[in-house]
Parts: sequence; structure tokens; C-alpha cells
Amino acid sequence: MEMEGGSSSTSIGIQNDTVSLRQRRSKFMHQFTQQNLPACKPVLTPPWVISMFFVFGVIFIPIGLLCLHASQSVVEIVYRYDAECVPEPLRSNKLAYIKDSSIPKNCTKHFKIQKHMTAPIYIYYQLDNYYQNHRRYVKSRSDQQLLHGLKYDGISTCSPEDVNNGHPVVPCGLIAWSLFNDTYTFFRGIDELRVNRKNIAWQSDRDHKFGKEVYPFNFQNGTLIGGANLDPNIPLSDQEDLIVWMRTAALPTFRKLYGRIEENLDADDVISVNLLNNYNTYSFSGSKTLVLSTSSWLGGRNNFLGMAYVAIGTSFIFIASIFLLLHVKNSRSYGDTTNLSWNWK
Amino acid sequence: MTRGRIRARIRRSSLYTFACYKPSPTEEDGPHDIQGPGYSRMVYCNQPHIHEQKPLKYCSNYISTTKYNVLTFFPKAIFEQFRRVANLYFLLAAGLSLTPVSPFDPVSMIAPLVFVVGLSMAKEALEDWRRFMQDMKVNLRKASVHKKNGVFGPKPWMKLRVGDIVKVEKDQFFPADLLLLSSSYEDGICYVETMNLDGETNLKVKQAMETTLPLDDDPTFKEFSATISCEDPNPSLYTFVGNFEYDRQVYPLEPTQILLRDSRLRNTAYVYGVVIFTGHDSKVMQNSTKSPSKRSTIEKKMDKIIYFLFSILLFISLISSIGFILKTKYDLPKWWYLRVPDRANLFNPGKPLTSGFYHLVTALILYGYLIPISLYVSIEVVKVLQALFINKDIHMYDEETGTPADARTSNLNEELGQVDTILSDKTGTLTCNQMDFLKCSIAGTAYGMHASDVELAAAKQMAMDSDGQNGTPTSWEKSGKAFQESEIQLETVVTSKDEDAPKPPIKGFSFEDMRIMNGHWLEEPHADVILLFFRILSLCHTAIPEPNEETGTITYEAESPDEGAFLVAAREFGFEFCRRTQSSVFVHERYPSFQEPIEREYKILNLLNFTSKRKRMSVIVRDESGQILLLCKGADSIIFDRLSRNGRMYEEATTKHLNEYGEAGLRTLALAYKKLDEAEYSAWNEEFTRVKTSFGGDREAMLEKVSDTMERDLILVGATAVEDKLQKGVPQCIDKLAQAGLKIWVLTGDKMETAINIGYACSLLRQGMKQICITTMNTDTLVQDSKQALKENVLMQITNATQMIKLEKDPNAAFAVIIDGKTLTYALEDDMKHQFLNLAVDCASVICCRVSPKQKALVTRLVKEGTGKITLAIGDGANDVGMIQEADIGVGISGCEGMQAVMASDFAIAQFRFLERLLVVHGHWCYKRIAQMICYFFYKNIAFALTIFYFEAFAGFSGQSLYVDWYMLLFNVVLTSLPVISLGVFEQDVDSEVCLQFPALYQQGPKNLFFDWYRIFGWMANGLYASLIIFFLNIIIFYDQAFRIGGQTADMTAVGTAMFTGVICAVNCQIALTMSHFTWIQHFLVWGSVISWYLFLLMYGELQYSIPVNAYRILLEVLGPSPIYWSTTLLVTVACNLPYLAHISFQRMFNPLDHHVIQEIKYYRKDIEDRHMWRKERSKAREKTKIGFTARVDAKIRHLKGKLARKYSSMGHCVPQQR
Repeated sequence: MEMEGGSSSTSIGIQNDTVSLRQRRSKFMHQFTQQNLPACKPVLTPPWVISMFFVFGVIFIPIGLLCLHASQSVVEIVYRYDAECVPEPLRSNKLAYIKDSSIPKNCTKHFKIQKHMTAPIYIYYQLDNYYQNHRRYVKSRSDQQLLHGLKYDGISTCSPEDVNNGHPVVPCGLIAWSLFNDTYTFFRGIDELRVNRKNIAWQSDRDHKFGKEVYPFNFQNGTLIGGANLDPNIPLSDQEDLIVWMRTAALPTFRKLYGRIEENLDADDVISVNLLNNYNTYSFSGSKTLVLSTSSWLGGRNNFLGMAYVAIGTSFIFIASIFLLLHVKNSRSYGDTTNLSWNWK
Repeated sequence: MTRGRIRARIRRSSLYTFACYKPSPTEEDGPHDIQGPGYSRMVYCNQPHIHEQKPLKYCSNYISTTKYNVLTFFPKAIFEQFRRVANLYFLLAAGLSLTPVSPFDPVSMIAPLVFVVGLSMAKEALEDWRRFMQDMKVNLRKASVHKKNGVFGPKPWMKLRVGDIVKVEKDQFFPADLLLLSSSYEDGICYVETMNLDGETNLKVKQAMETTLPLDDDPTFKEFSATISCEDPNPSLYTFVGNFEYDRQVYPLEPTQILLRDSRLRNTAYVYGVVIFTGHDSKVMQNSTKSPSKRSTIEKKMDKIIYFLFSILLFISLISSIGFILKTKYDLPKWWYLRVPDRANLFNPGKPLTSGFYHLVTALILYGYLIPISLYVSIEVVKVLQALFINKDIHMYDEETGTPADARTSNLNEELGQVDTILSDKTGTLTCNQMDFLKCSIAGTAYGMHASDVELAAAKQMAMDSDGQNGTPTSWEKSGKAFQESEIQLETVVTSKDEDAPKPPIKGFSFEDMRIMNGHWLEEPHADVILLFFRILSLCHTAIPEPNEETGTITYEAESPDEGAFLVAAREFGFEFCRRTQSSVFVHERYPSFQEPIEREYKILNLLNFTSKRKRMSVIVRDESGQILLLCKGADSIIFDRLSRNGRMYEEATTKHLNEYGEAGLRTLALAYKKLDEAEYSAWNEEFTRVKTSFGGDREAMLEKVSDTMERDLILVGATAVEDKLQKGVPQCIDKLAQAGLKIWVLTGDKMETAINIGYACSLLRQGMKQICITTMNTDTLVQDSKQALKENVLMQITNATQMIKLEKDPNAAFAVIIDGKTLTYALEDDMKHQFLNLAVDCASVICCRVSPKQKALVTRLVKEGTGKITLAIGDGANDVGMIQEADIGVGISGCEGMQAVMASDFAIAQFRFLERLLVVHGHWCYKRIAQMICYFFYKNIAFALTIFYFEAFAGFSGQSLYVDWYMLLFNVVLTSLPVISLGVFEQDVDSEVCLQFPALYQQGPKNLFFDWYRIFGWMANGLYASLIIFFLNIIIFYDQAFRIGGQTADMTAVGTAMFTGVICAVNCQIALTMSHFTWIQHFLVWGSVISWYLFLLMYGELQYSIPVNAYRILLEVLGPSPIYWSTTLLVTVACNLPYLAHISFQRMFNPLDHHVIQEIKYYRKDIEDRHMWRKERSKAREKTKIGFTARVDAKIRHLKGKLARKYSSMGHCVPQQR
């Protein structure tokens, strides 16, 4: 690249400063209006193109490999339990099972840890075919109410879960109403593994979006019970599973953080999960999955990013080689006048 | 004053044979019978106060060409804005955003619309303000008006009322339509220049009524009062019907007594007049048509693309709605967490069609980002800035008059880059309307060394070319000799100029030849003939001398500029015409001694004046010795027909000289004389006087006949060559324009001979070009042919000519069509115009002469509609207004004082030569800029809007947007708009120098290489690709797993923000790749936009407002610390631009366009290292052209080469093969 037309002269001397400033300004104005400003005019010449493509390729492939490596280091246990946890005889009508509150919803499962898992181990529940991103759902909340509680009454957006028995619902709206209510308890052998359910939500959410003085009120009191109930004695800012739930997911398949196990799990450890299968995904045939995962600097297990980097990097190298080949075999001389249209005939 | 009075004592009317178009001053017909509708106007002269009340309150003399006023601005401007479909759509969307159907916050819909429309309206207001200021300049001109008791005082034009008495002085414009009462001349004559009205440059004579002649002094108006009843305002310039009631007598009024607004008083010290029509009632204003609002072809095409996008919008909305209906009907009841149906029926599985309909509206709003809301406003901003550059261009600033170029409407900038045909006016545009006496041929000897502009420039060009050619030792040896030959010829021309440089230039006289200057002519062989020649120059005219008391010199006021040039020439030769009385002309003759001038008196016996039909004028004078002479000057063909047998001595030599002069583009006249004896003269004079005093319709024909009998058996003296001075740089400019592949048509009101001369002077015609003259003149005028026969004749001429062109074998043959106005009326009729157009298109040059303003417009329309190409009309006078308005682009010459053309034009430049830069530099740039900009705009909006659409498939088609409303609001208005604007304002493929050096680059515009459907769809496909990459990469990367080391998963806002970051980075990098010219401004705006996105995110994250949308601290807490976010941005950005980068690299490598190669040459500095190559390419970089200097030089080279080859072959040499 080259700079053209610009001659930079720096004048020294204090008393000349104002003069030269004015001169420079008028020079700039002149160049500006005459469209004559010093400009850089890059031209895609073959050396440039080929080296640029190569450089990109050379940068991208290692990044991709690095990502792949990070992703591979993550250990993940995925257990889908929505079907399994329905007792055998009721499996033909899962909906009736989930709606019948008289049937106990306990369910236990044992896994064997395949690979060493370093703490913290994150526990996720994953829902599938669940449209948290549906417009009606997304809009059905009142952030002002979450922050200010009963002091705020403009909660029409929460309809139909805004008022119950003539009293406003706190927290209002469909999102809060449909709060996920399966619970998990983990045992290693017979020892219960402590699950830390604190600090699973964003700090800013806890501090600034959910009121510290706002307590659940009139919640799940209606004829229709949605999901989990909330302890009316704990302020919303401490109801972290609600806070996590209120962050609606972008896609119909999503994971949400449930808690953390802050102990290492070794390979061949046997873990048993005691879960309460309360949440209704049967009516829309969605699945429920429990996920245990460690994390890397990149987050969870995600091979795609690394592969994409490698793929793009490779295609850069590939294109660079094609250009090189073409350039060597069938090069036109750059800046050669025979390529001008008036020299064709 | 006294001087004027003395001069005014001459009764000008008696100078004329035809007595100012009226048989005699006696009124034989009574007042007009004007009653009834159309003739209701009453004017009480000198009683303007009567016109302050109804019903006689006529409109004021205030003129306004503005579109709006303070009250109408808002409604009208808003209406204008929402006539654009896209804006109307956004208005509807904004309205609907207030309802629950809307997917967005109302603010995010309304704010951009208000911004966009507000900006456009601000621009409108600014432009209208400028128009207003221009109007005010005219309205505030001062006129001298009768106040009271015979006192006149100044008053602004706009305050003039009907009935006011106005005094207009020499060279002033008439402020309104006036009735001429009296003038400084005793017989109430005045001269009027109507260039602004009809473009005719010769002066028109107006004459006041006999009755009002005594009113020729200020105090006489103290008591004056009269009544005029006349026709109502109408646009007809040449008719007027009215009666004048004065002293209880009624007199009829004629058009000769009416002075029209915007025409100008010439050669008359002052006139008095009564205001009849004011302001918009005046004829010239009645004639003006509303200037049509023009839109460029690119914009029209853009509209089509917008319609296309609208259909895509509708299509994807329908898909969404169908998806939504299915989901709502079958799935929604199962999704218990949605608790459907809702009260508003937006999600009612029971009524899926109703909900579906609502959803369709939602979707149409949601995907509205497909239509770039800011496109129009960005284009407007860009165009205003481009116009600013045009206005500020120092190379288009005329230092003489201090006028810069002026882009009056900014919406045609890019059209300048696509012009195919230029239709040009002649006088005032190509020529200065100034004549210079340049050469003469006396007694068969040619005098005058000064080269005309044409010859000079041609010589330079040839010298330069041969320089370049000599450097190339290829196949040019053959013509080397020929070149030297021609160089020698030219050398004399060039060097002769340098000899007497210090002499101050005399206006109208550029003659240089020491043989006859300073009295040396006495030593020449035919001194007696030379004497006669000078006498004819100083006697045969109708001019009036006006001594300038300060300098002691005499200036002349002549009807036509060439007459003035002759008198100046005569003065310089020592025959100074100094005084004219009723019957005599006095000449200071420096003869027989050059040192002591003697005043000689010549009695003017008769004056047979010039008409376009006669093409000659004669005077019969009696000199001091009593000898009666007839002195005649006229068109050469006419004079040569009238020579006596022994008067043809010099005919052959003179004809040769005349041909040379004609080729050089000079205007020629032949001079002749004849001696009369007393008896012969008195016999003729008797007859002449009898006819002159007779009445009757055929008086003029009779007079002509009698004159004709006298002007016979003449003796040829010589010929004059006057240069119709071209504007500076015109031939070079035409040459460059022709090389850029533009066709140039000249449409002029002048007569055919003049037009042809100018054709030569501008190199639109040259020797060896086959001229096809289509006229009706050569059909016998005696036979009063029916229209049909005339028409058939014209048609036959056209078909013959077309046939002739078809049969022509020589590839270098060039044709020119010259057609006159009368023929054009037939040629422009519906059934013939296409034949005519086809013929004209086949010819290298087209010259239409004697065309009326209306015909100019019709020809323009024919070219515009017939060829479908873009036309540019350039002119300077009111007679060009029609064509300026009709053409795709109208350019006005703003140097001279008339404003009509400029007012009607889209661009105003001070000189014709600036047209080259306007088109080749600014037009070329603006075209490319706008084309690239629009393509990019569509790309960016498609890339963005489609991601919204894809997301719907994952959100149950519910109409939820992935992005926070504020992002979307800022997308078009802030985050991506400034880089596009910088592309549209600053992009240069090659710099201005190169544009001018390689005129062939201009053809990229007319060929529309940058805005064809291939390119547009290419960009759209690129947008589609980018949208897919951005969406799916982000979705898959942020799918379900944690994206942070802390195990958090991404929610909708995080995914949306990451994706939006991808969009911003990808489109901004894309525009950086599109640019080929980076100043710090581009860098600042492009990279600044990316940075501003992050800054915005940072700030937005801190706002309380962001709490409801989960965007609180989005960058600081959620995305910023996440490596996956940054690496995704990089990946998406690079992946989006990969194919484009590969494509342009490939394109450049294998299929480079001209500007690519030039960029490379510049890049490798080859132009500096190999100057020879660079010059060679420059000379080759032009379209094949048959007009212009270069073509002329080429033709000459061919001619010489041919001659040389023939010589060789005749000498029996072996002729080397020539291509």
C-alpha cells in the first residue's frame, strides 16, 4: 500500500503553530473539496492476494485446533429421563401420569463416571421442543415488577398471568408461572453430593434486575398451576432458579444451569440421581434431559467452532494454492497495457 | 445626456428601406374591436393606485419559482416524502407498531422514520430556500419608476404595479411587460435583445406610437394619463391585441409596441413604458413551464429492485404466516405454558386464520428490514455532498465571471456518468456571440496571418501527436515525411502569432498582416481595390457610432456583431466611421496619407437592407466627387451570382480562399461594388420611391424585386472572414467528449451557413465529411406545394441519405446531417421521426439549424425516447429552456446574465468546457459511487433481514425477533450508514487526472457496467450467503452448551447480540473490501462504525432502559469475557467475506476492467517510470470517433498517407504494404 499526494510537514516553533494550523486546515479543506486527500489505494495484486489468503489460513487452522482441543477436554454426561421416569404401566398415557398429583414422581438413576471430571461440575436440565422464544411467552413478563414488586402496577404485559383473585401476581407472567420444577439430588454411593445452587445466575441479574425487597406474592394461586412454586419468604433476588429461567432461551432446545457439584468425580465412580419428575413436557412431547458437564475456557463441549475454524482455514489455504497455481501457470502481467479494452482489437 | 439627445435626433426609421416593417406611420386601420372574453384587461396608465383594488387588482410583479411557502411546506413536503412507496410502507409499519400486532417497540419503528423523513425534508427546505434567494435577487432589482410630478425614483421590481410608468435605460432588462411610449430616438424606436426569450441574437426594433412620442422627458409624465384595454395574460410572445385611449382618442396597439419582460434594451439610451403585465402575468412567465422533477435511471431501476424486495418480503411473510397458522392450529394447544387463546386473538388455535392474518401484518413489519429505510435518505445525503464537490471544484470555477459550477438539483449526479448524447445550443454555449475580424481576401490575395483557435489547437495536437509517434519506431516511418510536411505548414501559423505579441487586443479585431496594416496597403499591387474594400467596410452598414468621451475612441452599435467587427476593422485599417446624419455618413480616412486623417462625407442615397431571404445588403452612396456607387456585401453564393462579366477577375482566387476560411470555421461574406451613372440611378430611384410609398400586401415583394434589379452586374472586390468566437476550450472539450464516446448534436436558432461554420470551427464537421443537407429550400418555392408533397420530398431525402450511408464501403467515411427547422417540422411528425432518428444516429454529427425552442424540445424528446439512451441538453438562453427541461439532464450556462436556462437547469456551469470535467470526472465518479452504494445497501439489508427470518423457523413463527429493538433501530441509521455514505461520497476508482486522460473510461457509465442486473443479483446473492453464514454459525456455536467458563448458557439476548455483532462486522468489512480508495475519513467511518457498535453496547448495557430486554451489562458481564464470542465474530466476519474476496481477486486476475489495469499501473508506478507507454495509452484510450480534432487530424493523416502512397505507386516504387 502506498500513500499518495500527502506531504506531511511538521513545523517546529511555537509562534508558527497557529499559522501552520490554519494553513494545514485550509490545505485540508482544499484537498477535501477537490477530492484530493492523501489516500491509500490498495490493489489486490497476486502477491497480496496469495499471501493474504495464506496468512488467514495459517492463523485459522491453529485457532481451530485449539478450540477443538478445549472442546475435547470437556467431559459430559447426558441422560434423558422424561420417558424412563414414567412408571411402566403409565407409559401409554404420560399426560395423565404427570397431571395426577397423587402419583409419586420420584425416579432414580445410576450412572458410572467414564472419565475423571474436575470440579466444578455443572448440572444442567435440558428441555427440548420447548418454545421459550415464542413471542407470546417472551413478552409475558414485567421487569419493572421484578425489580419493584407490588409498587409497580403496569403489568398488563403479563396477561393472562397478571392478576389472580383480584390481586396482582408477583412475579407475574407466563415465564415465571411456568418455572421448571424438577429437582435433582445426587449421591455418590450413599453420600449425598452437595449441589451448590447459588451463583448460577448472572451477578447483574441478581443485583439489579430482581428486587432484593420483592417477595413472591399470590404466586401459583390460580386455578391453573403452571410450574414450580416459590418460597414467599425469600426475595426474588435470591430465587436463582427463577432468575435463570427468566432468561429465555433462543432456541427450542436449551439447557439451563441447575447447580454445581464442587467435588471432583473420578472415573468409575457410580453416581445416583434422585429426581422428582414434576414438569410437564409430555403434553407437547418435549424431552427432558439431565446434563453433567465440566467446562473449559471455551465453555461446554462444542466441537463445531473448532471444526469451522479449521474448515475455513483450510479453504483459505486451498484458494491460496489455486491462486498460486493459476498465477504461476497462466499469469497476466499486472499493470500490463494489453489488458486495456482499447488494446483488444 | 446631451450626447444621447444629439444622436437621438436621427430618425432611425428612415434608414430602413422597409421602414421598420410598417408601410408608413399613418394609421389607416382603426382601433381593434376588442370585446368579450379574453380581452378584459384594463390598464390605467400612470394611475397605479387604481390597480390596488378589485377588480383591477392584478398580480404583483413578484415572481416565485419556489415549490413551497411557509404554510404549504409541511403538508406538501410530507406528501412528497410519502409518495415514495418505501416511505409509505414504513409509515404504515410505524402506525401498526402502536398496536399489539407489532413485533417491536413503537419507538424503534417511529424514530428512524422521523429521522429519515426529517432529513429529506430538511434538504427540500434548504433547496427551496436557495430558490427563494435566487428569486429575491431578481425581485429586488431596481427599476426607475415615475413617483409623482414627473419625478422618477428607484423601486424594486417586485413593487411594480400595473399602470406604473417605467424608465428603462440602456442595457437594462425590462422589469415587466411594457407598452413602449417613447424612446431616446425622435421617432420612438428602440432596439431590443430577446436572447432570453427566443435565443435570437440579432436586435429587434420596436417602435412607439406616434401619439405618445412627445412623452420623452421625465416631467412630461406629470399630467399623463391614458387607458389601455387589452387581451388577458397569455403565453404567445409574438401577438398582442389592445387599444390605447389617450386624449379621448382610441389607437390600436401592435406587438411592435410591447416590450417583454426579460428582454433587454440595446443601442438606445432610454425608453419610457407603461407596465401592462406584471409578474406571473407577463408573457415570459406565462411561457415558463413547471420544471419537471427528474429522476435518474439508476433511481428508477432502484425502484424496481425495491419492488422486487417487496415481493420477497411478501413471500417470506407468507411463508412465515403459513408456518404460524400450522403451528398455531396443531401445536399451540399442546403448549400449555402459552395459555392460548389470548384475548386479542393473536394466538388463537380456534381461529387460526384470524391469528394468521394478524401475524402476516406482524411479519411484514418484522422483515421490513429487507427494505432499506435509510436508502433514500443516505442517497440524498450522498448526493448533496457530491453536489457540494461539484460546486466546489476549482477546475469548474470561472475566474472571469467568478461563477462556480452549481448542481441545482442533486438527484441527477449519477446520471452525468451515463450520458450518451449531448444536445447543445450554439450561441452563448459554444460561441461567445462575439465576432472577430480575422482574415480577408482582397483582389485575389489572402491577407491575415492570425490563426483561429481551431488551427492553433489543431497544430498543437498534431505536433504533440507526431512527437509521440516519432518515438515509436514501428510502422510509422512511412508517414514521417507527411508529418514533417504538415508540421511545416503549421509552423508558419504558430510562429506568426508570436511576432507582435505586445499589441493590446482589440475587441472584434484579431487581424494581423503588416502588408496592409498601418497604411502599408498603399504599396500593395491592387491598392485601388483595397481602397474600395475598406470603403465598403466603412460605409455598407446600418450601425451608429458612439464616441466615448473618456478615451476618445468610437464604439459602434450595430444590429449584428459581425457588422460591428467590420467597422472596427475599417477603423483599424484607417477608415474610421465617425458620424452619421440623416442623409450622410462621415468617415475619417487616413488616405491618401496615413498620418493625417481627412473627414469625408458620403451621401447615403439608398439603403437596401439585409433580410435573411436576400442575404445581402447594399448602400448607394454619392462620394465627394459626385460619383454614385453601389456597395454591396452578402453571402458569397449570392454575390457570385450577381457579378458582371468583367467583375469576375478575382473570382477563382477568392473562391479558393473562401473555401479555406469555411474549413477553418470562419464566417465569410463577399464584397462587391458597382459604379452608377446619374441617369441610371435616377431612373431606378424613381421606381424605387414609387414602390416604397405604395400600399398593399405585395409592397415588400415589390421592393425586393426593385432592389434586385439594382444589385446586378457587380464587381467583386474581395471577401471577409469573421470568426464567430468560440468560447474558451470548446473544441478541445468537444474533442474529449467525442473520445469519451458521446454524441454531440447542435441545435441552433441560427441560419444554416452560420451553423455549418460553427460545425467546422468545433470540428463537428470537417473537409471530407459527407454532408447531408436536408432542407425544403431546394424545392421550388414558386410552386405552392401542398404539405403532403413537401413531406414526401423530405422523406425521400431521408431515405436516400440512409441508403447512401448503408452503401458506403469506406470505414473511415463520416457523415453529417444538417437539417433546418422548417424541414424538421415534417421530420418530427410521427410517421417520419423514426426514419429521421435512424439517419441521425448513423451520422457522426447532427446539426439542426433555425429550430424553434419547441423544436429543440421535440428533438430532445425524440432522441431520448427513440434511442432510450440518456440525453443531456446544454444551453444558455430562455429558448433552450424547453430542451433543458425535456432532456434527462439539463445544463445551463451561467456566465451570462439571462437566468431562464439556469433556472430550468439541473446543473449550471459557467463555460461549455467545464462540461468535460462535469461528465468525465464527476459523472463517472458519481455513477460508480451511487451504483456501488445501492448494491451494497441491498446486500447489507438482505444479510441482516434474512437472519430475522431464519430465526422465525426456530421460534415457532411467532414473530419474535432475536435482536433487541434498539439494535435494529440503530442498524440502518447509525451502525452501517456512515460507511456507505463515505463510499458514496469519497470513492474513486481512479483519480480525476486519469479520468480526463483516459476518456474511454467514461463508457463504463453508458454501458452500465456497474448497475446491471447481473451485478445487482450478485450482490443480493452475496447478501443471502452472508445471512446464512451469520445465522447458522452463530446458532450452532451458541446452541445449547455453556459458552462461558462459568458454565452459563446463552440466552436469547446473548445469542442475538453475538449474531448482531457478526452482522455489523461482516457488512463493515465488506464495504472496506468494496472500496478502492481510503483516506483517513473512510478508515475513520468504517472502523469507527464497528467500534461504535461496541461502544454502544457498552453504554446500553449500563442503561436502566436495558433492564427489560435482558441486555443489561451484556458486553461487560456476559459476552465480553467469553472467548467464544470474539472468536465467533472473527470466524463469521471472515467467512462472510471469503467468497467476495476470492471473486474479486479472480476477476482482477483473469478479467480485469480498464480501471483495474490503470490502478495497477499507478500502483506499480509504471506511469512514472515509463512515461512513453503512459502517453501512448492515453492517446489510444478513446472511443472511435469521427468528430473532434483528433478525428480531424486522423483524417488528415489518412489523407496524406493516401497521397503519399499514390505518389509512391505512380513512381513505380514497390509500395510497402500498409494496413
